[in-house]
Amino acid sequence: MSFLNSLKTAVRGLKTNKSRSALTILGIVIGITAIILIMSLGKGAQELILSQIKGLGSATIIIEPGREPEGMADFSSMFTDSLKQREVDALQNPNNVPGLEQLSPMVILSTSVNYENEAHNFSVLGAASLVADIVNVYPQTGQFIDDDQIQQMAAVAVIGWEVKNKLFGESDALNQNIKIKNMTFRVIGIFPKKGSVGMFDVDNAIIVPYTTAQKYLSGINYYHEIVVKARSEAVIPQTVEDIETTLRGLHNITDPEKDDFHVVTQEDIAQRVNTVTSILTVFLAAIAAISLVVGGIGIMNIMLVSVTERTREIGLRKALGATNKDVLTQFILEAIILTVAGGLAGIILGSFFSFIAALILTRVVGSGWQFVISFQAIGLGLGVSAFVGLVFGLYPASQASKKSPMEALRYE
Amino acid sequence: MPFIEINNLEKTYKDGDTETRALCGVSFSIEPGEFVAIMGPSGSGKSTLLHILGCLDKLTKGSYVFNNRPIDNYSEKEIAKIRNQEMGFVFQSFNLLARTNVLENVKLPLLYSDVKESLWKGMALKAIEHVGLSHRINHETSQLSGGEKQRVAIARALINDPRIIFADEPTGNLDSKSGSDVMEIIETLNNQGRTIVLITHETYTAEYAQRIIKLKDGRIESDKKVEERRKGKNNFIK
Repeated sequence: MSFLNSLKTAVRGLKTNKSRSALTILGIVIGITAIILIMSLGKGAQELILSQIKGLGSATIIIEPGREPEGMADFSSMFTDSLKQREVDALQNPNNVPGLEQLSPMVILSTSVNYENEAHNFSVLGAASLVADIVNVYPQTGQFIDDDQIQQMAAVAVIGWEVKNKLFGESDALNQNIKIKNMTFRVIGIFPKKGSVGMFDVDNAIIVPYTTAQKYLSGINYYHEIVVKARSEAVIPQTVEDIETTLRGLHNITDPEKDDFHVVTQEDIAQRVNTVTSILTVFLAAIAAISLVVGGIGIMNIMLVSVTERTREIGLRKALGATNKDVLTQFILEAIILTVAGGLAGIILGSFFSFIAALILTRVVGSGWQFVISFQAIGLGLGVSAFVGLVFGLYPASQASKKSPMEALRYE
Repeated sequence: MPFIEINNLEKTYKDGDTETRALCGVSFSIEPGEFVAIMGPSGSGKSTLLHILGCLDKLTKGSYVFNNRPIDNYSEKEIAKIRNQEMGFVFQSFNLLARTNVLENVKLPLLYSDVKESLWKGMALKAIEHVGLSHRINHETSQLSGGEKQRVAIARALINDPRIIFADEPTGNLDSKSGSDVMEIIETLNNQGRTIVLITHETYTAEYAQRIIKLKDGRIESDKKVEERRKGKNNFIK
């Protein structure tokens, strides 16, 4: 029998039991819907984070203390004090790192901030003026920290949009005094609403001169990281190398394995994020795939019922010249058509829900969330559902093909 | 040269520990073009015999030579092909596909043949015309009367122009008028040169045949030529 005719026969077999066929594939529909939805959301989140990282500017390089972390639980870098003013001075020497345009030492802490009776926790960032360029956000009212204020360890602060709302509400914040860790700071600038840039939530942050943050807020003699802006994207590899050479020279390190710092480019961060979100997406999709197994068992169950129910039909077909293979093909095809139809429905439903989710998320996280349906996801959905049909259709189909025509015809 | 030759045919069914002997040493041969009726009370083994002759069931002991070749020498595929090309089946309970029209039912054997699909419709229409149902082509089989259903089944059995037709109580579910219509069609097929093996327990149906083999308890009780063929036709319509 030709494949096309096998296909027609299988479709006709399924059509005689439309509502049962529809109910049978429900498990597959739900499974594929879940997988498509998870993959779409995973991809959307990934693109969102990546776009934020790209917002840092491709010429941005970050120097972190300690060797490169070897896993999520490797905190060693957090307690390393290898980046101090001495390193900053060395890096700023154009003879050492010619590709460096500007840098900003960073001191990061999270602490309670008061204004009159309002008290909230915010992240406080000790930084230099470069940070405003990198994040590409400038005060809407007032101004950003300048070099004099850094030199003088001035108690001044630029606050994010949400910080202003939470502490001041509708009233004016400019030139008001806020208390950070019981130290009084004057608000000299307020950022406009910006959202997040490179996992840094600008709206909920307070920026103060890094010198002030280091000495008065943290009481440490080192920096948490150094942000560097290279002259152009093209000089990044050379600049990274120069930074490494300079710091190794300073720290008398000959074996790169023993570095007490590491250099991260925007590309590195993007790659890390990519890896993490991909793993997470695959993990969640795998959980959703369990429902496919359940759906497949449902298909097998109904196919077995169908084979029993149609015993006479099988006997008749054999009496009229169907080979075992013809019968086997017919029933496997029925199962595969069922699951692929379920897969298609799941892809359509999954895409629909992803689209709705994207609409909602756009409102929640602001712009930047994109509706993504990859061909990979569609291909995977179809492939997996066909595979489920093949696997779970095989047993009922082989039962059908093994029936003796005489016994099948006699079946009441 | 006989078309069908069986020798000492035995068939034993096993159900757990109990064995049931349906056939205990049956021998006869059928020449091409013969019209043979196999009669006997229920449980005499006549259906079992037909199923074995029609390659729908396997024999336990003895030999079965079909078309000069022992049936054991055929592969599963070859047997399917024989059923498709050389044999036609007509069953008591019609065995038509539900929710399918007359044309599609008649086409069914072609699905498993090597015939080009472009020829299918023409062949099916011809077979349907042969049994006088051309006006019913697009009707679903559930809308047909019993006699019409059996005529569809005969058209289906005819479509690949088989050399032998096995009919298992073809009139068993029919009223006498439809029964005689069906028997007349079967007789025409025999007159056209096809071999017919008919199973029945009604004498007046058997009298269409040239030869009547009577079975009892899995053995041949008698094997006689019918002297005056179709004598029973008038008895049929009582």
